[in-house]
Amino acid sequence: MAEKILKEIKVQAWKQKNATSKGKFETYTVKDISTDTSFLEMLDILNYQLIEEGKEPIAFDHDCREGICGTCSLYINGRAHGPDDDITTCQLHMRKFKEGETITIEPFRAKSFPVIKDLMVDRHAFEKILYSGGFVSVNTGGVPDGNAIPISYDDAEAAMDAASCIGCGACVATCKNSSAMLFVSAKVSHLARLPQGQVEAARRARAMVAKMDELGFGNCSNTGACEVECPKGISIANIAKLNREYLKAKIAE
Amino acid sequence: MSSFLTSSIGKKFFMSITGFFLMVFLVVHLGINLLLLFDDTGVLFNLGAHFMGTNPIIKIVEPVLALGLILHMLYASYLTITNMMARPVKYKKVNLRDSSTWASRNMFILGSLILIFLVLHIMNFYWKLKVTHTVPSVMVDGVEMENAYEMVAGLFKTSLVYNLLYIAGAIFLGLHLTHGFWSAFQTIGWSGDLWRSRLYLVAKIYAIIIAVGFSIIPLYFIIKF
Repeated sequence: MAEKILKEIKVQAWKQKNATSKGKFETYTVKDISTDTSFLEMLDILNYQLIEEGKEPIAFDHDCREGICGTCSLYINGRAHGPDDDITTCQLHMRKFKEGETITIEPFRAKSFPVIKDLMVDRHAFEKILYSGGFVSVNTGGVPDGNAIPISYDDAEAAMDAASCIGCGACVATCKNSSAMLFVSAKVSHLARLPQGQVEAARRARAMVAKMDELGFGNCSNTGACEVECPKGISIANIAKLNREYLKAKIAE
Repeated sequence: MSSFLTSSIGKKFFMSITGFFLMVFLVVHLGINLLLLFDDTGVLFNLGAHFMGTNPIIKIVEPVLALGLILHMLYASYLTITNMMARPVKYKKVNLRDSSTWASRNMFILGSLILIFLVLHIMNFYWKLKVTHTVPSVMVDGVEMENAYEMVAGLFKTSLVYNLLYIAGAIFLGLHLTHGFWSAFQTIGWSGDLWRSRLYLVAKIYAIIIAVGFSIIPLYFIIKF
């Protein structure tokens, strides 16, 4: 795709001093942005511009910038990770935007994801859910021989697909109910499909769902928006699997 | 088990189970209603209505159905309120059109519209038939029974407004079911990558049968009478 220059765009971003202060939207003008610029690079350019003008730059989360770490967030023009499917914000490019457009950037909004500053949110709630059961605590011995434990191809694939969750929180941000079911289901379904994880499957499903509810995430209403916005394309079939695992665990309780 | 009832999945489980129950009811209800189309003398429909009104199984299922509907509404209200509370600061700009269907995002609104329709519907027919007993009798094959046909057909033959309201109710119900049908399966865990596409299709077919089926009856009376 040939490079083009966006002569002028407007950025309407959420500015909030700290977790307790009241935030508001600020509008900035950015000039001469190449369509090959990534979205976060555009924000870098804007921030340099703000620093030179003696203003405070916009705080936002980012780390690897290659779509694998799950640190970048942002709710852009009404969509988690911006106007594209199956990507993180760092993989979004300015070619998705039009000349003269006003781009609205908001932090991920959820009671369980409080804003720290500007566009940065605290996603520690996901770690708390993981601490409650997203691990294998039984002894599984040394590294086994490559194919010593028989696992069906379908299970191995489904487990790997679920394991690709990077915990970015886009599922919660996009869900109209701020539900964390896709995240929790990815962890539960990943481990429940493998022999090492199956041992604690029931306890894990109970503990992780209880923690998710306790932290104030909403209830899943199966709209399916999460899987569309998920940068790793994690399927809501995992949510069905979590429902099965949870019901099974509760019946056995 | 107590924590199951208060857990998010537990509450949704009740939404699903009561939903299944209501979906089975709709099929039976539609089946009986369609008798209206095949006999303009009303004998067929009166026999069907009399059978449903006197059948011991229906007498047992009726209060269970009422309880199921009440639970479905109560859980829906509770879940909707907690879902709204899960995002205290709303987004300024929201675009969910590319990622989910309108019906799936507006189940509570659709449900509320269906409830308004249901109140009207019960006042029109069920109340007169079962509570105030103000429906005149008729003799069919030597058995005395309420003239349910005259009550229903009478309304549809005389009021265009009611005909249109019943068609609107059927459309709301159909939209509610496009999401509700497959969602009920997903919530009890009977779904996966393969089954989901099947359930989407069956949900659409089921929703169309219900919406079109219930709409045909007022349309029939508009056109014929």
